[in-house]
Amino acid sequence: MTAVSAFFYRKPRLRLGFLLSAPLLWLGLAYLGALAALFVTAFWHTDAFTGQVVIEWSLDNFKTLFTDAVYRTITFRTVGIAALVTVIDAVIAFPMAYAMAKLASPRAQRILVIAVMTPLWASYLVKAYAWRSMLSGNGALSWLSPGYGVTATIMTLSYLWLPYMILPIYAGLDRLPDSLVDASGDLGARSLRTFRSVILPLTFPAIVAGSIFTFSLSLGDYIAVKIVGGTSQMLGNVVYDNIGAANNLPFAATVATVPVVIMLVYLAAVRRTGALDNL
Amino acid sequence: MKNRKTRLAGMLGASLLLAACGTSGTSSSAPPGAQGFTPPKLEALKALGQPEGQLNVLAWPGYAENGSNDPKVNWVTPFEQQTGCKVNVKPFGTSDEAVTLMKTGQYDVVSASGDASLRLVASGDAEPVNTALVPNYADVQPFLKDKSWNSVGGTAYGIPHGWGANLLTWRTDKVTPAPNSWSVMFDANSPYKGKVIAYDSPIYIADAALYLQAHRPDLGIKNPYALDDKQFTAAVDLLKQQRPLVSEYWSDYLKESQALKNGDAVVGTAWQVTVNLTKGEGAPLESAVPSEGATGWSDTWMVAAKSAHKTCAYKWLDYIISPKVNAQVAEYFGEAPANTKACAEMTDKTLCDTYHAGDAGYAAKIAYWTTPIPQCLDGRTDVKCKDYGEWTKAWTEIKG
Repeated sequence: MTAVSAFFYRKPRLRLGFLLSAPLLWLGLAYLGALAALFVTAFWHTDAFTGQVVIEWSLDNFKTLFTDAVYRTITFRTVGIAALVTVIDAVIAFPMAYAMAKLASPRAQRILVIAVMTPLWASYLVKAYAWRSMLSGNGALSWLSPGYGVTATIMTLSYLWLPYMILPIYAGLDRLPDSLVDASGDLGARSLRTFRSVILPLTFPAIVAGSIFTFSLSLGDYIAVKIVGGTSQMLGNVVYDNIGAANNLPFAATVATVPVVIMLVYLAAVRRTGALDNL
Repeated sequence: MKNRKTRLAGMLGASLLLAACGTSGTSSSAPPGAQGFTPPKLEALKALGQPEGQLNVLAWPGYAENGSNDPKVNWVTPFEQQTGCKVNVKPFGTSDEAVTLMKTGQYDVVSASGDASLRLVASGDAEPVNTALVPNYADVQPFLKDKSWNSVGGTAYGIPHGWGANLLTWRTDKVTPAPNSWSVMFDANSPYKGKVIAYDSPIYIADAALYLQAHRPDLGIKNPYALDDKQFTAAVDLLKQQRPLVSEYWSDYLKESQALKNGDAVVGTAWQVTVNLTKGEGAPLESAVPSEGATGWSDTWMVAAKSAHKTCAYKWLDYIISPKVNAQVAEYFGEAPANTKACAEMTDKTLCDTYHAGDAGYAAKIAYWTTPIPQCLDGRTDVKCKDYGEWTKAWTEIKG
C-alpha cells in the first residue's frame, strides 16, 4: 500500500490522471457518449407506419427543419420566451439579491437565502398547475389573467426559474466589497452613478451566470407551456410530440440539436464576460 | 492551431456534402396485402398455463380502474383476487402514446383503438389472439368481430371491448341554443372564439375531414381516414383556420374536464367519460353526436408479443369482457359494450339503448379511428392517400 502511494507521490501527473479517470469516464461515456448517440440518430428516419427506426443516412430531417416555416416560428418563439423570462428574472432578482447581500443583517440573510430556495423543494408540476388554476377563468389571478398562451407561459417560467437568478447575483453582490461602494460615495458619486459605474460592472458576470440558467432552462421547457401555454408550443413540445406521439426519435433528435446550438452560441458570446467562472 | 481548425472544418463540410448526396426520398416499403401490409409471422398462444402472478395493463383512462380515481370504481382488485395476477395499470392519453409505450415491451395487454391496432400488428408488437382461450368471446356482438382494425387476413389480433363516438360537448349555461353541428367549433365566425377545446392528436384531422364531407361535397371525401392531396390540404386548412378559436388542445382528459368546469372552454370534443366526470363535479354540460356524424373508436384488447405473462393476459381478456365487468366499464366510461350479455348487467337499464349497443346500423355510421396508410382505405386506386407520418407532420404545422 505504501509502495503504491509512494509510486503515485513520485508521479504527480499519473496521480492526477488516476484520480480523474472515473469522472472523465463518466463524462465521456455516459454524458457525451449519450449525446453523440442521440445526434447520430438525427441522420436516420422512421418507417411512418410501423414506427421502426430505419438506419439510412440522410439529411432529410435537417432539410425539413430548415425548410418548414413552422419550425422557424417555433424556434423564434422559444428563444423570445427564453430571453424575456431571463430579462424579467434579472429585473426582479437584482433588487432582491441586493437587499439580501447589502441591507439585511447576517441572520436575516440566512433566512432570506432559505426563503428563496424553498420553492425549489416543491415539485415543478405542483407549481405549474398552481399557476394554471390561478390564471384560469375563475382563479385568483383571473382579473389580470391573459388567458392561457405565451404570456401565461412567460409568467409561469419566470416564477419557476427566479431562484436560479437570485442566488448567483446574491453570491456576486456578496463578494463585492462594501468599501468600493463607500469609496464611490466619498468621491461624490450619487447612488445611480455608483450603481452604473461600480456595482453593475462588477456584478455583471454574476447576472450573466444567472441568465445561463434561466435561458437554458426555458429553452428546453415543455411542461409549463403544455400546462398554461394554450395552443402555443415550444421546441421542447416538438421534441416531446415527436417521441411521445409520432414515435419519430430521429426527427426529435434533429430538433433537439437546435437548443444545443443556441446554447453553444450563447456560451461562446458570454465567455469573455467571465461569467463561466461565476457558475 | 489555426491550420488544424480549418482542416477540421473542411472535413466536416465534406462529410456534410457526402451525406447530402445520400438524401433519399421516402420509400414506401409496405407490400400490399389485405390492408396494404403483411404482418410479421407470430403465433397465437396454444394453451393456457399457470398464471404468472403479474400483469402490466396499458389502458385508456377508465378502462382498468383500480379504485385510485374513485374508491367505488374498482374492477382490478376482484380480478387480482380471482387469478392471483397482480395488476399494474398505466393509462395513456392518445393512441400514439400507446403505440410508443408498447414498443418498450413492458406491457402485456393494451386496449387499442383502430388507429393504433394496425400499427401494433404491423410492427410485430402485438400478436394474434387464440379466441378459443377466451370463452366470453362467443358473446361478443357479431358486427364487432373480424373487422379491419382487429384482424388481418382472417386472423384475430384481439378481443373487441366497446365502442363509442367523440362527442360534441358544450356548457349549457354558456352555449345557447344547443348546437347541432360541428360548425360551432370550425366556423371562423363562431361566437365561442377562444373558448373551444380540441383533441391533441394527428387523428383529429379526421374530424375536420368529416366536417368537410358534409359541408364541401365537391371535395368528394368518402372516408375521413382516406384523404388524397386536395382533400388533406382542405382539412389541414380548416384546422389552421380553427386554431385562433381554440383555447387549448387536450390529450389529458382530466385537464379538459378542469377547463370545461372553470369555463376556460365552453365547447369542444370530449368523451362520454369526461362529460360524466365533469357533470359529477357540478358543471352544466351536455353532449351529442351532431348532424354531420362523429369520429369514434372501436377498441380491442391486444396481447403484446413480448409479454412474459401470457396466461394472466388471456385471463384479463376474458375477465374484462365478461358480462358484468364489460357492463361496469361501459357504464363508467360511457360507451357501448361489446358483450351482448352486458346490457342485462347494467345498473342503468337504458344505457344500452342510449349507446345503441346492439344497433349494427348505428355502429356503422361512426367513423372509427383507423390508421391512414398510402393505400386509400375507401378503395380508390387511382390516387395515393396521405399516410400517418404526413398526418403527424401536418399536426405540428397546424398547431404553429
